[in-house]
Amino acid sequence: MRAAVLIQRWYRQYVARLEMRRRCTWNIFQSIEYAGEQDQIKLYSFFGFLMDHFTPASRNLISHIFRENEICRDSEWERYFCYKGIEVPDNYTGPHLTFPITFCGVSKLVEAFKQKQQLHARYVLQILGETWRLLRILPNINYVSVCHTKDITICGDLHGQLEDLLLIFYKNGLPSSEKPYVFNGDFVDRGKNSLEILLILFGFLLVYPNDVHLNRGNHEDHIVNLRYGFTKEILGKYRVHGKKILKLLQKIFSWLPVATVINEKVLVVHGGISDSTDLNIIAKVDRHRYVSVLRPPKMVRQALNDNKTVDCRNGDAGGPEEGRRRVRSLTDHSSATAQRSNLPRRSLHNLPISNQSSCSVEDELKKRRRLAGFDQSYREMKTSDSDSDPEFGETTEKDGNEWKQIVDLLWSDPMPQNGCILNEVRGGGRYWGPDVTEEVLGRHNLQLLIRSHECKQDGYEFCHNHRVLTIFSASNYYEVGSNRGAYIRMGPDLVPHFIQYQASRTCRELTLRQSVGWTERSALRALREQLFVHKSDLISAFQECDPNHTGLISLRNWASATESVLKLGLPWRVLRSQLVSRTQQGMVDYQQWIRELSITEPKLEVSDTSILETMYKNHSNLETIFRIIDTDHSGLISFEEFRQTWKLLSSHLEMEISDKAIADLAQSIDFNKDGSIDINEFMEAFRLVDLSAHTWQPETGAVASPV
Amino acid sequence: MAENNQCPETTESDIHKKIRAVFEAFDYESNNTVDVREISTIIYSLGCFPAQADLHDFIAEVEEDNTGYIHLERFLPVMTKVLLEQKFPPIPEDHLLQAFEALDKEKKGYLEPEELSKYMTQEGEPFTQEEMDEMLTALTDRDSNLIYYKDLISQLTIDPDM
Repeated sequence: MRAAVLIQRWYRQYVARLEMRRRCTWNIFQSIEYAGEQDQIKLYSFFGFLMDHFTPASRNLISHIFRENEICRDSEWERYFCYKGIEVPDNYTGPHLTFPITFCGVSKLVEAFKQKQQLHARYVLQILGETWRLLRILPNINYVSVCHTKDITICGDLHGQLEDLLLIFYKNGLPSSEKPYVFNGDFVDRGKNSLEILLILFGFLLVYPNDVHLNRGNHEDHIVNLRYGFTKEILGKYRVHGKKILKLLQKIFSWLPVATVINEKVLVVHGGISDSTDLNIIAKVDRHRYVSVLRPPKMVRQALNDNKTVDCRNGDAGGPEEGRRRVRSLTDHSSATAQRSNLPRRSLHNLPISNQSSCSVEDELKKRRRLAGFDQSYREMKTSDSDSDPEFGETTEKDGNEWKQIVDLLWSDPMPQNGCILNEVRGGGRYWGPDVTEEVLGRHNLQLLIRSHECKQDGYEFCHNHRVLTIFSASNYYEVGSNRGAYIRMGPDLVPHFIQYQASRTCRELTLRQSVGWTERSALRALREQLFVHKSDLISAFQECDPNHTGLISLRNWASATESVLKLGLPWRVLRSQLVSRTQQGMVDYQQWIRELSITEPKLEVSDTSILETMYKNHSNLETIFRIIDTDHSGLISFEEFRQTWKLLSSHLEMEISDKAIADLAQSIDFNKDGSIDINEFMEAFRLVDLSAHTWQPETGAVASPV
Repeated sequence: MAENNQCPETTESDIHKKIRAVFEAFDYESNNTVDVREISTIIYSLGCFPAQADLHDFIAEVEEDNTGYIHLERFLPVMTKVLLEQKFPPIPEDHLLQAFEALDKEKKGYLEPEELSKYMTQEGEPFTQEEMDEMLTALTDRDSNLIYYKDLISQLTIDPDM
């Protein structure tokens, strides 16, 4: 019937267009997310470089984050972490815990968190202390058996989203000896209930140590936590004892097992594998030496420093093709052929590196030192290098290999092509192909690899001929309606069954159109912010395409210039209609376009506007550095520390920033006018406000607040 | 965000650019191929309204011998011809309205979900159950559980991408 056909065709077209928009939106979020991770790793590598090459004085500023193998013994730490001195006041209305902890106790805790109560620091330290003690006797790899009477449940990333964990428990039941669970890492960061999730998982672990299995994720890492919100969450919730809690968590994270094997056939790890993955090696490492996986143990670094090249350019992320490679898909495809730039990069992959002449090394060092405002001769530094560091010992290549094994497990991603290459998008781990999957699984006599680490539209996704399964349990990860979460149920037949869900009643009722619309608006907001913070670079790039100063450039130039600045690998031409409201005969008025991005700057009076832009661009790096420097976790830093922060950052970015500019900046943001700067106020002041959010007309009539 | 200009991008090179841009968004391996299952989405995104049969024919013309992949080299000329000749033009709003009215035999001004389902899943180029469920979720008014097609037609028209 003609009428039916017309309607069907119209509707199919409509759905396809929506799908197109959804993919673009997804790509936006993912690109920004991965660029952020890469950024973090670059920053951390930079600190590593500073640690290896600068004076003890300057290193003191940041050295404490690298104190990995402390000489204190565990018994001393136990004394430090002891909860006994902490009193619970009478007016405390939160849950009380008794030890040894029982199933009832943990259920009560779950209930309390549902009611949005907060657990007192005394009990937090108590649970964490018990957890630490337990984890120390667990092996690196959990071996689990599934039998006929009980299935096992496997969950992926939760990222502080308590609602999702509660939803899983509601649908699937609480953990118990009849209901074993594996939680595959990334419990913390981004969501606002990371601690509550940890406490619940640890609680069940303590009650059922044989039936609850936790794998470490790349976010179970205090350096990553500095940037992605967990540190902030703890310090915000526990002003007095936060620091202690964080320290204990550092230890706990390092003691988390790194893998689980089910029925000797199914391997569960957070990130993935590489061509060198060897479970026999992994089983024997001292996993707790890797407090942060982002940096190899000191011993390795000493050996490598001797013949390391020091090209510290942060490296171009490469042109559009490289960028496009980062685009993740919603279906079975993944990133592309590596078109690796030949520029050496400041990433985890720089160790070890081939030799280069030492005079260029020295030049580079001198330049760095000048920028960072430190003066000491190179020779002095080399000798002071080994003195000030408490760690010493034999340097072995074995250590380097072991470290790589662990990084690969926690940071890698699968790719569709054969081979095994560096994962330059994230900055750590590998991309591994189906041939590597076959080889590694074959070598270990395994049949399936279950991993997490990547957000998937439907909560799960197979790849590599169904030999690799990604499971992701944080629904609405990017935005309300962006994706479902899922978990796996598996019986002795080892066939995975999936249960999907989406937390929040509102979004279940959203139609496809509405959820795409919502997510899309959010992604575009995020993108506009990125464009805004790069506006100077964008304008320069546009002007290069406009030698006659007409103020107009073609769409093609607009797209390629934008990609060259942002390096996100996004399909700009496709996104163009969403970002550029007007074109004149196929030409873009770029100055006007930038203005129309409608992002306001905070009302700070600063004489040097370029420093402002640096600040926006490096928002997260700045915050990370602040938190590192703020050793007493007071949330306040002194002017001198502020100055040092800028010196560090400018050194990392290879830009000059005058002392005067820094002083001006400090003055203008010293809100308390007492000579110290409140980190939170500072970061708040630099939150960009997207004006267009206020003019948005909601389609559903539901109230939406700007992100 | 509709375009104000209607300066037609009808030159062949402009059309090529349009096609490439959409194609690239689905070229996950950056090797100028896309999975054949994405083709309908790509064609629709370029503003075309082909029938299912048209899609099958199109795919047959461009697919690389049952590999499941379509290479840009073969796709580009065929798609360019389609766009230049406007082979699968958009459905004008009034035709669409007439189509709905044809289904609405009692001229109520709305359709009930069961009515629409019956037509969509049994007539023409039938929907799968999944497609039907999604359509009902998208089009049915939540309070009355009815489909007021007149309002929907203009609301759901998406602006062209380029």
